[in-house]
Amino acid sequence: MAAAAIYSLFIINKSGGLIYYKEYGSAGRMDTNDSLRVASLWHSMHAISQQLSPTVGCSGIELLEADAFDLHCFQSLTGTKFFVVCEPGTLHMDALLKVIYELYTDYMEMPIRCELFDLNLSQAVQKDRVALLGR
Amino acid sequence: MQFFGGSDISPSPPAPTASGHNAHMMYMFNRNGVCLFYREWNRPLRTLNPQQDHKLMFGLLFSLKSLTAKMDPTSAEKGNLGVPQLPGQGCSFHSFRTNTYKLSFMESPSGIKIILVTHPRTGDLREALKYIYNLYVEYVAKNPVYAPGTPIKCELFNTNLDQYVRSIS
Repeated sequence: MAAAAIYSLFIINKSGGLIYYKEYGSAGRMDTNDSLRVASLWHSMHAISQQLSPTVGCSGIELLEADAFDLHCFQSLTGTKFFVVCEPGTLHMDALLKVIYELYTDYMEMPIRCELFDLNLSQAVQKDRVALLGR
Repeated sequence: MQFFGGSDISPSPPAPTASGHNAHMMYMFNRNGVCLFYREWNRPLRTLNPQQDHKLMFGLLFSLKSLTAKMDPTSAEKGNLGVPQLPGQGCSFHSFRTNTYKLSFMESPSGIKIILVTHPRTGDLREALKYIYNLYVEYVAKNPVYAPGTPIKCELFNTNLDQYVRSIS
């Protein structure tokens, strides 16, 4: 059985702007401009696919099967899209995208945790000041 | 079903399985974007009027083909994004799936695009689309009364198509 080959990974924000792009080795490397255009185009295609749905509740393309590759896409509740370009027939890409999503949210959480830390710190400082002044 | 050309030309249809309307709708376009055919079997949701819907579908396919040609990881030489691809040129796609439907796509060498929209768990319909293309060839293209590039209005084509689509799982 052939090993799974992942060619590239894209993360785009809810407006279609490219947040992250990584090439894992393919003949079809793209320069920055092209990767930005591809991300933007995918964002639009994803939206249009919802408009053409024959039934309600469509959340956009999850899998695109092309001649030379498959594209798996995961959209978070906040509208951030994670998509991976891989060899046709590669399994477990959905699970991989969820893992990448979790890693991404962990990373994004860090600034928030820092904010909470600052908040708690200032509250603590305020309490001390009152205590000092009240002396 | 026996076609004039014999069974070696037309691919034999996949074995019929469960019946029932699992197909939502079908489109056919020519290379110029003219919608030659639209048939609906089960479409509870229509967000646009027919003309807009057809144009949007064609536009989506055009852009997806442009995208797949550009994203092809096995080819180094690619044109710019948005440049029209000739039929057969560049990496194309054969299907995509959302949570509510699966769209299967086929383009003939002459640029006839066939699109079948079915339920999301449908299998690979590439052979089915080839069979439908053959129905088109036999009942429409070979019909001396049919003018290429015009909407298809052929009862025999419709009947045979309906019958065949009902048999695909």
